[in-house]
Amino acid sequence: MTVVIDRTTPPSAAKSPGPVSAAALARRKADQGGGLYKKRVPIYPKLVHGKWRTIKWAMLIATLAVYYIVPWIRWERPGALPDQAVLVDFTGRRFYFFFIQLWPQEVYFITGLLVMGALALFLITALFGRLWCGYTCPQTVWTDLFIAVERLFEGDRNARMKLDGSPMSFNKLWRKTGKHAVWLGIGFSTGGAWIFYFHDAPTLIRTFWLGTAPLTAYISCALLTAMTYALAGTMREQVCTYMCPWPRIQGAMLDEHSLQVTYLKDRGEPRAPHKKGQSWEGRGDCVDCNQCVVVCPMGIDIRDGSQLECINCGLCVDACDEIMVKMGRPKGLIAYDTDYAVVSRVQGAKPTYHPVRARTIYYTVALALISGLMLWGFLQRSPVDLHVLRDRNPTFVRLHDGSIRNAYTLKITNRGFEPETFTVGFTGLKGVTLKTPGETASQGLLTVTVKPDEVRAVRVFVTAPAKALPAENLPVAFTLRSNIGSTETRTVFLSGEANAR
Amino acid sequence: MTGDAREKDAHSGVETTGHEWDGIRELDNPLPRWWLWVFYACVAFSIGYWVLMPAWPGLNGYTQGLLGKSDRREVAQALKALDVTRGAGAEKLKSATLAQIESDPELQAYALQVGQSIFGDNCATCHGAGGAGGKGYANLRDDVWLWGGTLEDIQRTITHGIRSTDPEARQSQMPAFGRDGMLPAAQVTDLTEYVVSLSGRPANAAAVARATPVFAEQCVACHGPAGKGDMALGAPDLTDGDWLYGSDRASISGQIHNGRGGVMPAWGHRFSPETIKALAVYIHANSGQ
Repeated sequence: MTVVIDRTTPPSAAKSPGPVSAAALARRKADQGGGLYKKRVPIYPKLVHGKWRTIKWAMLIATLAVYYIVPWIRWERPGALPDQAVLVDFTGRRFYFFFIQLWPQEVYFITGLLVMGALALFLITALFGRLWCGYTCPQTVWTDLFIAVERLFEGDRNARMKLDGSPMSFNKLWRKTGKHAVWLGIGFSTGGAWIFYFHDAPTLIRTFWLGTAPLTAYISCALLTAMTYALAGTMREQVCTYMCPWPRIQGAMLDEHSLQVTYLKDRGEPRAPHKKGQSWEGRGDCVDCNQCVVVCPMGIDIRDGSQLECINCGLCVDACDEIMVKMGRPKGLIAYDTDYAVVSRVQGAKPTYHPVRARTIYYTVALALISGLMLWGFLQRSPVDLHVLRDRNPTFVRLHDGSIRNAYTLKITNRGFEPETFTVGFTGLKGVTLKTPGETASQGLLTVTVKPDEVRAVRVFVTAPAKALPAENLPVAFTLRSNIGSTETRTVFLSGEANAR
Repeated sequence: MTGDAREKDAHSGVETTGHEWDGIRELDNPLPRWWLWVFYACVAFSIGYWVLMPAWPGLNGYTQGLLGKSDRREVAQALKALDVTRGAGAEKLKSATLAQIESDPELQAYALQVGQSIFGDNCATCHGAGGAGGKGYANLRDDVWLWGGTLEDIQRTITHGIRSTDPEARQSQMPAFGRDGMLPAAQVTDLTEYVVSLSGRPANAAAVARATPVFAEQCVACHGPAGKGDMALGAPDLTDGDWLYGSDRASISGQIHNGRGGVMPAWGHRFSPETIKALAVYIHANSGQ
C-alpha cells in the first residue's frame, strides 16, 4: 500500500473513481488470486555510507549499550534493599531508579513519564518527522542489527538476491544456518538482558544457568527470544507498516512544515538517465539510478512522495548524495526538507521554514505543563504517608457510661530507609482518649514505630465523652509527625446521635 | 435416496446430503480443516489422558493413571505446606501466654490476623462481622461484659462456652418470673419501672416504691442490691446504658416475664488452644482494651 500525498498538482476529477469500500477492495484483490492478504515482497537493502548512516550506527550502538548495560549498574542502598540501580522488583513490589524508589501506589509517576514521552514524540514528529521510527525505535535498531548480520553471512544486496534465487547447496546452507543461528543468539541475548531488569542481575545470571531462576525469567526470556527473532528477522518492515499504530498516529502530527526525508521534485524532475558529458539543461538532477530505492529498508520509492511506510531514516539521502557527488551535482536532491519548501520552490519563491506554529506550540505547552506537574508532584513526594480507614462495622460503639468510641485502622507508611518513630495525634475533638491494642490509653499522642520501607497497620480506638459530641458526624483528623516528614489525614468521628437509644 | 448418484446443488455446485426439509436441502460441505485437526488433537489428547490420569471407574475403585495424581493427597500436602507457612507465628502462639502475645507487637499483629479470620468464619454468625452483636447476642466491641472481659475470661468463654453442654461451661438461668407464675403480672410491671429507674431514666415513682421489696427479695441475689450485676453469674449490670435484650419497657418486662438466657457453644474441641488464644487477643483488642 502506498499513499502518495501530492500537493504539487491539483487532483483531477477524472482520476478519482469515487469512494470504494474496503470490502470491495478486498474482493478485487482476492479475484486476482491474492487472497485477503498482500504477499510480502522480499526487501534486500543495500549497504550505504554517509552522514545519516553513521548517525544511525552511533544510535544503534548507544541504544543497545543502554539496554544491555543499565541492569548491571550498581547503586548502594541500605539494609537488605537491592543494590541494582534500575530494578522493577515485582516480588518486593518496588521500582528502583538510582536515587528514586517508587511504591506501587505511586505508579502515576510512570504514567506521567509515559505521557511526557508521548508528548515529546508528538513535538519531535511535528518538527522533524518520524525521527523516533528511523533512529531509536527498538524495531528499527534490532532490524538494522539483523540486516548487518545478514550482510555478514550472505553479502550485500546483489549477493543476497543471487543466493536466494539459487538452489540449495552447501554454500547456501551454511550461510543461511549461520545467519539464523546468530539471529537466535541475538534474540536470546535480548531476552536474556530483559529479565535482568526484574531481578538482581549478578544473582540471576548464575541461577539462570543453574536452572533455579524463577520460571517467569525463563518464560520471558524465551518469549523475547522468539519475538526478537520473528520481528527483527522475518517480519521487519511489516511490523511498522501493519502492526504498529505509531505510523498512523504520527501521520496525524505531520504537516507541510514538518522536516521529512523529501525528494526535491522541483530539482529532480524530469528524471532521466544521464551519460557523461551530456548537458544538464532542460532536465532534472535525478538520473533515475534507483539507488534510493535499493537502500531503503522499507522497500519504498521516496520519489513517490511522503508515505506511510517511510520511517524517516535518511539512508536514501546518503545514497543519493553519493551519486550526486559522482555526477558533479550538488548534494541534497533527497534531503530532510518540508513539503512547504518544495511547493515554494516550484512556485519560484524562496522556501521558508516554520518551526513555531500552532501545533508545535500546543505540544510544547502541554509537554511543559505535564513536566511541571510531574516535577511538582515529585518534589512534593513525602517519605511518609498516612491512610485512615474508619471502622464501618460497627460505625461506633457506645460504652457503659454513654461515651462513644470509634475505631480506625491507620496505615502508616515509612518509605525511608531507617526505622522511624511516629507521633500520632488526633485533632477536631477535645477530651478524647486514644488507645492502641496492648498499650495503655493516652489522652494525647500515641507513639508508633515503623520499620524501614514498610507500611504498618495500627488499630486506634478513639473514645469521646458523650458531652463532647455536639453533632452526628464530626470532621476530625489524624496527624502524623516524625523526623522525616509530617502529614495529616482527615476523617469523620460518628457520635451515634443518629442512633440514640 | 440410497443408490442414487449424489445430487448437486445447482446454485453452489456442492453435493447435497440428500436430506430435505420443506424444499431446503443440506449442502454436504466438508468440515473446516482446522476444526478436524482440533478434533483429532482432542481424540489424541483424551487417549493420553486416560493413560496418564485417573479416568475409568471400575468395580473396585478406578484406574489410577501413570502420573499418580490424587486430589486427596494434594489437599493433605497443601495442609502440611500451610503449617509450614504459618511457621514461626503459630509456634510462638503455642508457647506464649495471652499477656505475652498482647505485649509483643509482631506476635500481636499475627494473632489479630488469625483471630480476624477465625472470628469471621465462626463467630460473626451471631456476634456480627464487626463483633457488635445484636439483640440477645453480646456486643464484643464495648466495655460491658456479662462474663468478664479480661483475656483469660474471654479465653475461658470461648473454650467452654456459656450454658453449653461442656461440663466446664458457666451456667446461670434467670427465672421466668411471669411465665412460671412466680410473680403476678402487676409485680412484673412494677419491677419493670424499677429497672428503668435503675438506669437513671424517669419512672413511675409509685410503681418503683411498690417494687423495691420485690427487687430486694427476687433480684438482688444475682444483680446485687444496687443492680450492678455480677460477672461470676453472668448477671448484667442494670444501671448502665447497655441492654442485651432491649432497653424499652416492653423488652424489660418481657425479660422479667420469660427470663431468657443465650447459649454460647463451646469451641474448645473445635479449635486448637493457640487458635483460641489468637481469637481471645483479637476480641480483647477490638473491645478497646
